[in-house]
Amino acid sequence: MLKQMEGSLAVAEAVALCRPEVVCAYPITPQTHIVEGVGALVKSGALENCEFINVESEFAALSVAIGASAAGARAYTATASQGLLYMAEAVYNAAGLGLPIVMTVGNRAIGAPINIWNDHTDAMALKDAGWIQLFAETNQEAVDLHIQAFRLAEELSCPVMVCVDGFILTHAHERVDIPTQDEVDAFLPPYEPVQVLDPAQPYSIGAMVGPDAFTEVRYLAHEKQLQALRLIPEIANVFKDVFGRSSGGLVHPYRTEDAETIVVALGSINGTIKDVVDQMRENGGAIGSLSICAFRPFPLDELRAALINAKRVVVVEKSLAPGLGGIAAPDVRMALREAPLPVYTVIAGLGGRPITMAALQEVFEVAGDDRLPDMQFLDLDYAAVEHELVRARQIRRSGPTAENILKHLGAPALASGE
Amino acid sequence: MFQIRIHGRGGQGVVTGAELLSAAAFHEGIHAQAFPSFGSERMGAPVVSYCRMDDKEIRLREPISAPDALIILDPTLLQSIDVFNGVDPQGFILVNSQRSFEELGIADFVASFPADHVCVVGATELALKHVGRPVPNAVLLGGFAAISGQIRFESVEKAIGEKFPGDVGAANVAAAREAFEIANTASRAA
Repeated sequence: MLKQMEGSLAVAEAVALCRPEVVCAYPITPQTHIVEGVGALVKSGALENCEFINVESEFAALSVAIGASAAGARAYTATASQGLLYMAEAVYNAAGLGLPIVMTVGNRAIGAPINIWNDHTDAMALKDAGWIQLFAETNQEAVDLHIQAFRLAEELSCPVMVCVDGFILTHAHERVDIPTQDEVDAFLPPYEPVQVLDPAQPYSIGAMVGPDAFTEVRYLAHEKQLQALRLIPEIANVFKDVFGRSSGGLVHPYRTEDAETIVVALGSINGTIKDVVDQMRENGGAIGSLSICAFRPFPLDELRAALINAKRVVVVEKSLAPGLGGIAAPDVRMALREAPLPVYTVIAGLGGRPITMAALQEVFEVAGDDRLPDMQFLDLDYAAVEHELVRARQIRRSGPTAENILKHLGAPALASGE
Repeated sequence: MFQIRIHGRGGQGVVTGAELLSAAAFHEGIHAQAFPSFGSERMGAPVVSYCRMDDKEIRLREPISAPDALIILDPTLLQSIDVFNGVDPQGFILVNSQRSFEELGIADFVASFPADHVCVVGATELALKHVGRPVPNAVLLGGFAAISGQIRFESVEKAIGEKFPGDVGAANVAAAREAFEIANTASRAA
């Protein structure tokens, strides 16, 4: 049914349609509306047979989900930013134990400096914990990916993280088609665990594994991700049959045929990028774009196939590896390791900095002439940066960087902590 | 695409206003996207929200820097921030005030706009009269429907009724209807 609704509540409805049996909740902006929404559906009785557990921290949220999942329950939680970092140990454990938990990450920056706005630093910090990571482009896709995520997680016995851009998607009201319970039930069978803690047939999970077998267990975690590379498109195809629309899959190419420049990105920024592509195409630009929906496992072959005939690739990413550059861009380069294509990195949207069509078009045009540096920060205020660098060189006790930059930009209220 | 920017202060329903607008557009059968300015909002602090409407899917996610319409919930913002920044010279401006544009000190600025595109409506007073609380957001949407012609009043009514079921919704609808009539009369006279 078509509804005009907030992204978070759409995700909450989608999660509820998947009939989770345990939902662990700890609030953190910008994810909070999601678990609140699920909680309201439990309270109203719309979501039956579900234990909604308010826990004392994110570490507890995922730990309780791990316990529930190991006992055979379909388990869900959601978090963001510092919350994801706080549960990091449990994130690795859930994957290492092969528990099919689904978790939403309402993507948000990581402090310091503290920042509640959107970027992808949180998800990227845990990208190699063994979870499948899917990135939603729209709120419709966020809904659809959650439904697919439970099936994917349970077929593989591997946890899935669905990444939804904080505020930009979670707080946006737009048109979403919410499926019926019958449709979801037809797509998602009841959870049939491959391992379950059962007093009637007792065994333990979480054994200590020494050097003699650790590599093999880790190899199997890698192998599971490779299986996901096959399974993700299969599940997306079944989804299309049941629900009548395309969602999910590994990558979404847009106008890439005959494109000389292809822009690669994750998540909601792909919408703005598509509008820029259309605008530049109207003026004769040979440009296309590609949204990476599955970031883990990383679809090397699909990327190579989509990008190999381009003359250059521009990776626009909302995350930064200080001292290196991008985080997604090196993976894209891996996909193109035998091709002599330049892969440019554009760091954009950090801590919620708006990414505008005008700024993107300018950087794509420069890239089209191969005049872009390997790595570029979109809309960086060079004067502010230079001012602080000079200051720090001149004064030993130059003070805290964040506060200095705010003072320089004339934001005294924030700088003084008001 | 038609883009609306709403300015107000924390507590006035700036974010809900955009949400209601997008719901009204949805009832018109078109695509709409509403989102807040994502600040650490506090009571009384300046807040901005946005709404886009289009016949086709809206993919753009940047904040609205060149709005077709401005809805200003608090006229004291006129002195503190540049609420008019980027507005289309043929666009629409709706200000929540019982005072005239002359009294608000922006008569010269709005004079360059088509006369039936600009309007003041005392939405806070209408809200107090009908709802009993000084929340002007839903009320002004009636005025917006009248001057812009982008959405019908029936769609505003439906959006308000869904968000606020029962008496609160009915009172807001009554206030919005009065705002619609005030703005309609003013824009016809212009």
